[in-house]
Amino acid sequence: MAGLILLVVFAFMAIAPGLIAPDNPSAEIFAPGLGPSGAHLLGTTSYGQDIFSQFIWGTRVSLLIALVAGLFATALAVGIGVSAAYLGGLLDGFLSLLTDVFLVIPPFPLVVVIAAYSKNGGTTIIIAVLVVTGWSYGARQLRAQTLSLRNRDFLIAAKLRGERNWRIIASEILPTMTSLIVASFLGAAVYAVLAAAGLQFIGLGNVNTESWGTMLYWAQNNEALEAGSPLWAMAPGIGIALLGAAFALLNYAFDEINNPALRSVRGKHGHRNS
Amino acid sequence: MREIETSGAGESNGSPLLETRALTRHFRIGGLRGQTLHAVDDVDLVVHEREIVAVVGESGSGKSTIVRLLAKVYPPTRGDVLFQGRLLREIRSRRDILAYRGNVPMVFQDPYGSINPVHIIGYTLLRGLKLHQPSLSREAREREAVRALEEVGLVPGVQMMAKYPFEMSGGQRQRVGFAQALSYKPKLVLADEPVSMLDVSIRIGLLNLMVRLRSAGISFLYITHDIASARYISDRIYVMYAGQVVEHGSTDDVLHHPVHPYTSLLLSAVPDPRVPISVAATDIGEPPRVVDPKDGCRFRWRCPMAVETCSYVTPKLEPMSAGHDAACHVMSRLPLPSYQATLRSSRQAPPSRGKGKSNR
Amino acid sequence: MATAILEVRSLSVDYLTSRGVARAVADVSFDIGKGEFLGIVGESGCGKSTLLFAIAQLLSPPAEVASGTVLFKGLNMVRMSEKEVRAMRWRDYSVVMQSAMNALNPVTTVGAQFADAMRAHGHRNKANIRERSREVLSLVGIDAVHLKSFTHQLSGGMRQRVMIAMALLFSPELILMDEPTSALDVVAQRSLMMQVKDLQRRLGFAVIFVTHDMSLVSNFSDHVMVMYAGAVVEFGVTRQIFDEGRHPYTQGLLEAYPSVYGTKLHLEGIPGSPPDILDLPAGCYFHPRCQKVMPRCAITRPELYAVDGEHVRCFLYETTEGACARD
Repeated sequence: MAGLILLVVFAFMAIAPGLIAPDNPSAEIFAPGLGPSGAHLLGTTSYGQDIFSQFIWGTRVSLLIALVAGLFATALAVGIGVSAAYLGGLLDGFLSLLTDVFLVIPPFPLVVVIAAYSKNGGTTIIIAVLVVTGWSYGARQLRAQTLSLRNRDFLIAAKLRGERNWRIIASEILPTMTSLIVASFLGAAVYAVLAAAGLQFIGLGNVNTESWGTMLYWAQNNEALEAGSPLWAMAPGIGIALLGAAFALLNYAFDEINNPALRSVRGKHGHRNS
Repeated sequence: MREIETSGAGESNGSPLLETRALTRHFRIGGLRGQTLHAVDDVDLVVHEREIVAVVGESGSGKSTIVRLLAKVYPPTRGDVLFQGRLLREIRSRRDILAYRGNVPMVFQDPYGSINPVHIIGYTLLRGLKLHQPSLSREAREREAVRALEEVGLVPGVQMMAKYPFEMSGGQRQRVGFAQALSYKPKLVLADEPVSMLDVSIRIGLLNLMVRLRSAGISFLYITHDIASARYISDRIYVMYAGQVVEHGSTDDVLHHPVHPYTSLLLSAVPDPRVPISVAATDIGEPPRVVDPKDGCRFRWRCPMAVETCSYVTPKLEPMSAGHDAACHVMSRLPLPSYQATLRSSRQAPPSRGKGKSNR
Repeated sequence: MATAILEVRSLSVDYLTSRGVARAVADVSFDIGKGEFLGIVGESGCGKSTLLFAIAQLLSPPAEVASGTVLFKGLNMVRMSEKEVRAMRWRDYSVVMQSAMNALNPVTTVGAQFADAMRAHGHRNKANIRERSREVLSLVGIDAVHLKSFTHQLSGGMRQRVMIAMALLFSPELILMDEPTSALDVVAQRSLMMQVKDLQRRLGFAVIFVTHDMSLVSNFSDHVMVMYAGAVVEFGVTRQIFDEGRHPYTQGLLEAYPSVYGTKLHLEGIPGSPPDILDLPAGCYFHPRCQKVMPRCAITRPELYAVDGEHVRCFLYETTEGACARD
C-alpha cells in the first residue's frame, strides 16, 4: 500500500512537474548557494538553479528510465527464459548458455565501457545498457518456473487439443506466471533506478539533462556537502532511495496478493481435502 | 439394483478400431551407464467399436506410457499403431494429426492438474472446438460446448462455462475432461486413470457415465490399477506388468478364471469393505524392474509359483481358452480343466480368494 | 474401557474466510483408549483432516479452534503454548501425512532426516541415533541401506513406510494418520495397511486413521466415525457399522464399491455433492442427497441418537434420550 502511494506521488511529479515547480530547473537565474527558504524549498545550487525544481523535474527522467528499462528487460527475460524451458533441446542449451554468460558479466564495467564508447551518452544509451545487463536474472527465474510446469497435465492437454507452441506459451504458461513476471519487472525497475543513478553520477549519460543522477553528479563536482548546500546531494539521494523502496514495497504487496499462504493458510491444488 | 448389460462387442465386429502390433517404448535414463527403461515391450492391443477395454496394472506397468503412445504424445521405439487401418506414424501433417486427436482424445488422471487454473472452463472447451471444428461459428461452438457439458451431467451448462476450476469439485473437473473429449465427437476415448484421484463415493458416477457413453457409440480404453472398477465397466481386459501384457481376454473370463499369478494378486487386493482382507496379500507392492531387464519373466521375484525356467525364458502369451491368453510358464503347463478346477475350488474358501495356488 | 489417552470434547474448528466464518468441524467428541484404532471416514471436505490437524495442534490461520477441548493424557492441548506442544509432539504423539513427497525433505537423505528429528528432541549421541534409525526402518521392513537414499529414489510405498518409521522414532502412544495410502496402488495400499496393523499390535500405540476409503479401515479399526459436512453422523464399533450401517450416508459409502465376484449390479453412488460449509442446508446437512428423506429433515437438525451401542445422527433412529457421541 505504501509502495503504491509513493509511486503515485512520483508518477504525478513526473507527469506534471510544471504544476508543482513552475521554475525552469536549468535556468541559472537565482542567487547561488542559498539555503532552504520559502521561495526555494530546497535552496539553490552553486549555479543558481532551484534545487526543488530540479528534483521535481528530475523525477521524470528517473522514473522513465526505471519503467522503460524494467519493461524491456522483463520482456527479454520472459521471451528467452520461457521459450528456452518450454521448447527445450538445443535451443534451451543455447539460450541457457547465453543467459549464464550475461549473468556472469559484471554489469558495471561493461556498462562503463559501452557508455564510454558511445558518442553522446543520453538516456537511450543508459536504458539500452541497463536492459542488456539486467535481463538475465529474470530469465533464469522464469526458465526455472517454466521447467517446473512443463510436464503438467494441462500443458499436455493443450498440446493434444491442437494448440501451437507459441499459443501454449502465451495463453497457457504465461498467465500462470503473472506474479513472477510482475515481480521480475519490479526487481528490474529497482535495479534500473539504482544503476541509472550510478551511471549518471559518474558522468555517463547526458549531464545536461535534469535527472537525479545528474544532480548528484553536479553536486559532487561542486562539493555540495562541503560547500554548504547539502540538500543538493541529499534530495536526489533520498528520491532515488524512495523510488527504489516504492518498487520493492509493491513487490511485497504483489507477493501477498498472489500467494495467500503469506497472509493465510490455504491448501494448494492437488490436496484432496481443502 | 439391476444387472449391468455388457455390450457383448468385440467378437462380432469386423476390423478393429485401434490396433497395436509389438508396440514398444524405451526411455534412455541418464547417468554415465546409459541405462534403458523398458516402459512398454511388445504389446499387442485391440479395441473395437462400442467397446470398453480396460488395461489394468500398477505403477510401472507401462499403462500410462501406452496411453501416451496412442495419443501420439511421443513416438514408439518399435512397433506400430493402427487406427481404422491407417498407420499412426504415417499421420504426419498438422491437419491429420489434429483429426486423429479429435477421434482419439485423452482424459487425464489428475483433476487438479489437468485444467489450467487461470482460465474459465468455457475457454478450454471453446479453444478445443475452434481448433477441431474451425467451420463452426462462435454461437455454434458455444452451443456445442454447453451440450457437451450437459451430456456429462454438468447442468446448467451455460453457468458451468463461466466457472473457474477452483470453483468446482474434483468430480466435476473430471467431468469437464470428459466433456472436452466428447466435444470432438470422438470414436475412442483414452481414459488414463480417470477416477483414481477421486473419492470412492464419487467414482461410481463417472464410471456410469462411461458406460452410458459406450451405449452412445464411443469406445473407451480405460486405464486403472483397480481391477474391480475395470470389471464394473469393461468388456475386455488386458493385465500388464512391467511393460508387458501378462494376461488378456473378456473381463468375465479373466476375472473368474485368472491364470497369471499377478492377476490373482490384483484380485486379492480389491478394496471392498464387506470382505475380510485376504491374508495372502503380503506382497508389498515392490515396483517392477524395468531397467535393462534381461530375459525371463519380470514377475518372478514376486511370484509364489516361480520355477527355474522363469528366470531364463520370457513367457509368451498363449491361449488358455477362447479369447483368453496368458503368459506364464507354470500355469500354461497345467492341463486346462485341471487348473480351472483348482482355481474354482481355491476360491470356495473366501479369505484366500483368487490367489490361484494349485494343489501340488 | 481402560483410561482414555485422548479425550476430545465438543471440538469445533472455524475457518475465517472472506465470505464469512466456515465451521469445518462442528462439535466433535470421542475418546481413544490405549492401543485402539479409530477410523475417521468421509468424503473430501467433510472436515476429517481439519479435525486431525486440530488434534495435533497443527492448525494455522485462518483456521482456529473455536471451542472444545483436546485432553491428551489429561492435559488440555488447546490451552498449551507452542513450546509445550512441541515437546510433546513426536514424543507422545506423531503424525503421518498424506504425501511423503510433501512431508519429507527432498534434498536430504532419509538418515539425515531421522537424525534431525532425534536431535530436535535432545538426542545427540550419533551411535544411538544410527541404531534407532536402523531399528525403525527394520520395523517397517526397509533395508537399513536406504538411510543413505534420497526421498525421490524410493518408490511410493517405501516413502510412506519411511514416514511411518519416522513417526515411530520415539515410540509415541498415539499416531495420527491422514490418508497415508491415497497416493499408492491397491497392492501397496493393502500391504501398508497390514504393516500398520502389525506394528500397532506389536508396539501398542493408538491410531487415528483418516480416509475417504472405508474399505481400508474395515479390517483394522476398532471403531469407525463417519463425518459429513464437519459433523459426526455415525460412530460405533467397526463390525457393526459395516454390517448394519444405519445412517443413509454410511450406507451410500458402503455401497460405492463395485464387487469383483457375483452378478454385476448397477451402482448409483450417492447423488449430488457435499455442501459448501459456508452455505449449509437447513435441518440435516445430508437431507438433499438422502434417499430416505422425510419432511422434518429439512427443518430441524437431528442430534446424535444412541441406538444399539452406536450413535447415529438421523431422525430414523430418534430416541427420547438423545446422547452425545462418547465412547
